[in-house]
Amino acid sequence: MELTAGVTTELSGAEITIRCLQEEGVEFIFGYPGGAVLPLYDELFKQEKVKHILVRHEQAAVHGADAYSRSTGKVGVVLVTSGPGVTNAVTGIATAHMDSIPMVIVTGQVPTHAIGQDAFQEVDTVGITRPCVKHNFLVKDIKDLAVIMKKAFYLAATGRPGPVLVDIPKDVQSTKTAYFYPQSVTMRSYNPVTKGHSGQIKKAIQLLMEAKRPMIYTGGGIVLGNASAELTQLVRTLGFPCTNTLMGLGGYPASDPQFVGMLGMHGTYEANMAMQNCDVLLAIGARFDDRVIGNPKHFFQEDRRIIHVDIDPSSISKRVRVDVPIVGDVREVLQEMNRQLAAAKERPDPAAIKSWWTQIEQWRSRDCLKYDRASKIIKPQFVMEKLYELTKDMDLFLTSDVGQHQMWAAQFYKFEKPRRWINSGGLGTMGVGLPYALGVQLAYPDATVACVTGEASIQMCIQELSTAKQYRLPVKIVNLNNRYMGMVRQWQQFFHGNRYAESYMDALPDFVKLTESYGHVGMRIDKPEDVEPALKEAFGRKNDLVFMDFITDQTENVFPMVPGGKGLSEMILV
Amino acid sequence: MENEPGALSRVAGLFSARGYNIESLTVAPTEDPSLSRMTVVTSGSDDVIEQITKQLNKLVDVVKVVDLSDGDHIERELMLVKVRASGKDREEMKRMADIFRGRIVDVTEKAYTIELTGTGSKLDAFLEALERGVILETVRTGASGIGRGERILKVS
Repeated sequence: MELTAGVTTELSGAEITIRCLQEEGVEFIFGYPGGAVLPLYDELFKQEKVKHILVRHEQAAVHGADAYSRSTGKVGVVLVTSGPGVTNAVTGIATAHMDSIPMVIVTGQVPTHAIGQDAFQEVDTVGITRPCVKHNFLVKDIKDLAVIMKKAFYLAATGRPGPVLVDIPKDVQSTKTAYFYPQSVTMRSYNPVTKGHSGQIKKAIQLLMEAKRPMIYTGGGIVLGNASAELTQLVRTLGFPCTNTLMGLGGYPASDPQFVGMLGMHGTYEANMAMQNCDVLLAIGARFDDRVIGNPKHFFQEDRRIIHVDIDPSSISKRVRVDVPIVGDVREVLQEMNRQLAAAKERPDPAAIKSWWTQIEQWRSRDCLKYDRASKIIKPQFVMEKLYELTKDMDLFLTSDVGQHQMWAAQFYKFEKPRRWINSGGLGTMGVGLPYALGVQLAYPDATVACVTGEASIQMCIQELSTAKQYRLPVKIVNLNNRYMGMVRQWQQFFHGNRYAESYMDALPDFVKLTESYGHVGMRIDKPEDVEPALKEAFGRKNDLVFMDFITDQTENVFPMVPGGKGLSEMILV
Repeated sequence: MENEPGALSRVAGLFSARGYNIESLTVAPTEDPSLSRMTVVTSGSDDVIEQITKQLNKLVDVVKVVDLSDGDHIERELMLVKVRASGKDREEMKRMADIFRGRIVDVTEKAYTIELTGTGSKLDAFLEALERGVILETVRTGASGIGRGERILKVS
């Protein structure tokens, strides 16, 4: 490791930590105080550059920082105390890790002399978090602190991003040392590849030119790698169909006719059929996970050649064998592909591509997302359609929790831009929706931010209504209340003989009164004709948090559905 | 890999978290005290070995990963075996140790401790050759490996 430039003064560990955050341009730190972080809070108190957001539970602190990062692309920052502060934060950290979100988590630890003594509020933080962070550090020597902080931000934001945790014992926070913040760090053991191999890229272009039934499949990597513009250019130049994963939505404009919708377990019929039947597949920033391709054996019943672009070599050939692997930053690789494409003389066979599109349009005409629009009970899909209609010109940020409502939001809301759809894809963490919305609203105070949730998910972080009040964050909550853990109920109906074990939500609170008690506005909507007026009123209240409790059909299911272990083309259709 | 506290548990944790086999693992600092060298013996299909290599490379503390079985290499493991060495067994144990080029490093009236170095299969063969009843205790280090000839694993 080399150090370059810096300033020298004698500061305490707590002062150094806060100074490092300032140097990194950190706007917000999401946290909750406690015994082992008191010196850090004391230093936060003495300055104004880094604004602390006090949540009501440490899990929400991590989710808030996570959403701040997902919506801005910057590193999210968290501060929690030792012991329960850390264990409460673990769900949030694992959520960020699964979706590769850049984040730095600063945790307090008991004093170094007490480590290992089963001290009050002591846990092995580095041990507990090791499997769900990109890297973590325990700062034993004050002299290492500034460099570790620099490394933490560097590791979090580069390569395949992810959360990095820095555990600082209380005595290290109060010891003084000369302060020197390096402008940059290099680590001999960490050198992420960014530039894709040009020979491999050439091979990829060649394959794409020969394709008769091509498909472009992209994931969260396009969003994280800020490569939407480059992807859009490539897809339009080639004239090929494009699908996005749940994490990749917004990476390609959803209203574009070349977009065939989301793919996967609850993907569209046309996306899944095209994925299964294509002869050349270009996968970018996606990882062929079980929710996307279903059973890999079934996927390989069809013969196709696969090009896979990803910054993480371990994502390539993990679940499926690929023909042309390209390791690199997706944006740089796409730029190179676009350059080579512009220079290429050949073009794909127009007749073959035309007949492929005819096939895709036939699949599309199956109208796989249809539902009973004449229903007297509110259909959740109807709420999503109306939400989209009414907010599509607002450049809305939409967060969601996890379950049926998440899938309906993903299916019905057309995301035109990246970083507008904020949800937990990999870990599938219920409870993220509200803290996500708060994190986004803090990052974009003037934007319209909504959270689609359900009566089960929202109760997992409902206490954050209080945080919303404290910081005056006027997010709009769309609660699809079907009195069931809907996705659990759906699986029990399909795969467990209609035995709805523990999936019924009994003893629900009156959400209107609950919201009002936190000082917000609550609305209850139980007729289809009231959906649109309610949404209009809620989104018209610019300065209020509005909780819309939509009483929806209890038995509605999400279709299409690829049952677990089945192949992509073995969908259950409505 | 970096000679950092916790580096070993990152590797061990990776193997258990991802369900990879780990037959043996040896680690110690190198001539450069900032670096440790680890030899891991594992098994799996080519795909699994490829994933293990990639996942190990992804660990921030890991500087370089080499699959020694990709080329010619030397593999050695050290074993200490305490055997019963009384009566007629005493001469027999000495002979067995000599045949396997082992060394007797501790002697009492009733027991020998034999030091034996070699590949894992040589050590296995030695144990096989002994009568079960004479083995009192064994301890093995797990394999350490190095490439043959000019094949060098070094951090530039």
